[in-house]
Amino acid sequence: MARDGGALSLCDASQSAGKLPLPDADMIVVSAHKLGGPPGIGALLVRDLGLLEPPGGQEKGYRGGTENVPAAMGFAAALTHARYWTDRAADLRHQLDSAIRGAGGEVVAQNAPRLPSIGSYRMPGMAANAQLIQFDLAGVSVSAGSACSSGTLKTSAVLTAMGWDEKAAGEVVRVSFGPSTTRAHVYRFIELWRDMAARAKR
Amino acid sequence: MTSGPIYLDYQATTPLAREAYAAMQPWLGGPGSAGGWANPHSAHLLGRKASAAVEAARGQIAALMPSGGRVIFSSGATEALNLAIRGALPALAPRRRIVTIATEHAAVRDTCLWLEAQGHDVVLLPVDRDGLVDMDAARAAITPATALVAAMLVNNEIGVIQPVDALADLTHAAGALFVCDAVQGFGRVALPPAADMIAITAHKIHGPKGIGALWVRDGVALEPLIHGGGQEQGLRSGTLSPALCAGFGAAAKLAAQRADEDAAHVANLRDRALELLADWQINGSLDQRYPGNLNLRREGLDVARLMSDVRGVAFSAGSACASGSGRPSHVLTALGLSSSEVRSSIRLGFGRYTTIDEIERAAHLIVDAANRQMG
Repeated sequence: MARDGGALSLCDASQSAGKLPLPDADMIVVSAHKLGGPPGIGALLVRDLGLLEPPGGQEKGYRGGTENVPAAMGFAAALTHARYWTDRAADLRHQLDSAIRGAGGEVVAQNAPRLPSIGSYRMPGMAANAQLIQFDLAGVSVSAGSACSSGTLKTSAVLTAMGWDEKAAGEVVRVSFGPSTTRAHVYRFIELWRDMAARAKR
Repeated sequence: MTSGPIYLDYQATTPLAREAYAAMQPWLGGPGSAGGWANPHSAHLLGRKASAAVEAARGQIAALMPSGGRVIFSSGATEALNLAIRGALPALAPRRRIVTIATEHAAVRDTCLWLEAQGHDVVLLPVDRDGLVDMDAARAAITPATALVAAMLVNNEIGVIQPVDALADLTHAAGALFVCDAVQGFGRVALPPAADMIAITAHKIHGPKGIGALWVRDGVALEPLIHGGGQEQGLRSGTLSPALCAGFGAAAKLAAQRADEDAAHVANLRDRALELLADWQINGSLDQRYPGNLNLRREGLDVARLMSDVRGVAFSAGSACASGSGRPSHVLTALGLSSSEVRSSIRLGFGRYTTIDEIERAAHLIVDAANRQMG
């Protein structure tokens, strides 16, 4: 659509790179630490370098600053190891979705195509922060919204944009997993979620 | 120890300290480890642990900075300097003048030249034959129309220490802000206590590459360059790497602990190198200089040939930033050196982990190759 209109398309693929095929975009953004590599390095993939104005310096003149070589190597190694686990993730997420629905929860964007390693779930009657504290005490690390905004306790801009009201959006917790997540981890989360939801109903 | 080339390029980057490497390890673990991979901005237990490591590192770096400011982590000094210069300008309008020195690193120089193209009034202060800034030119250039003055503490090519305290005084008398690029001097040379912002990087003090910081005095208004999740007090978005922060903090702590010992060792190395390279001319002031740098020339020497003849020593012709580009050094040119003098100059950088034996062997290799070349 962008190309037909003569515009450039820029895709933030930081969550999907290594899990889904990259899109057909003019520019694609990826980050190492979302696919098993180290934090502190990312990359911009550019179809045609002529699209960008080089400010000079390192990275072929497009980004000044000494390169972090170990991080670049870690990024590359993570890419070669990041494949072939998404089928298992899809299976785990399917079980998680069904268990939460069965226990009275709501699956966010249930009918939309979703990356198989992320699920967001609303527990009616229990604020996300209260859920997070209990999960945390039980040794489960999940979050409300994204990590960068999680310290701020603001309502998720994503859920608001989807038309969720503030109360419902404030009851959603995000679960995401990777190649090392086990079935036992997911069952443990489900068990805690059910106990908490039962207490919320009382 | 594996026997590679003798490393004499400490102004390009420095070997990672064992202590910094050790401090990074807990934050590089994967599945089955203690959870050091956690996002330090997450609210859960693992995230809070990572965040605590980031804050401990911030404190270790702040301990070497003037009081009354805060440390903002960045990807390196280039980004820190861009944030300092470009981020401070909006609040300083209608002042539009930026004053800097002709021998600044590209991170300052190219940023200022870009701002000039955007309509700012940029003055590059000349230096004398010794590489020290012309203070008369500085007095004339730093006017009430000046928004900020950016000056480096120690030059990356010639090691010269600029009179940053005097420049900071002139800057404040004009009501402007003083930005100091302290990359090469941090942990080794006294920082200007009156600076408003100080940019540093980890990999020049035996920390890891990929992290730097901007120290900002309380009350200085900055606009972020990088927008997003609002990390780093809203001034620099992006997930921090706890490993890089911890390595940076450990390197800063070590630099402070070993300051006297390191300074004495580097002075010894420099004295020995000067004895062995007595026939060479020194570019830049020898007195006002960080002793871990020597920039030397020999009339008629072909440095490109010298570098290919002396494979056993890792050193540099001009700065490493410019050496890939083939451009003649803007620093040596600003000293008034002719293009043949610039082409016959080499840079030797050494420090904490260089031994006297390495300096002696390297000096002999370089002198022998130069003698052969000159016939």
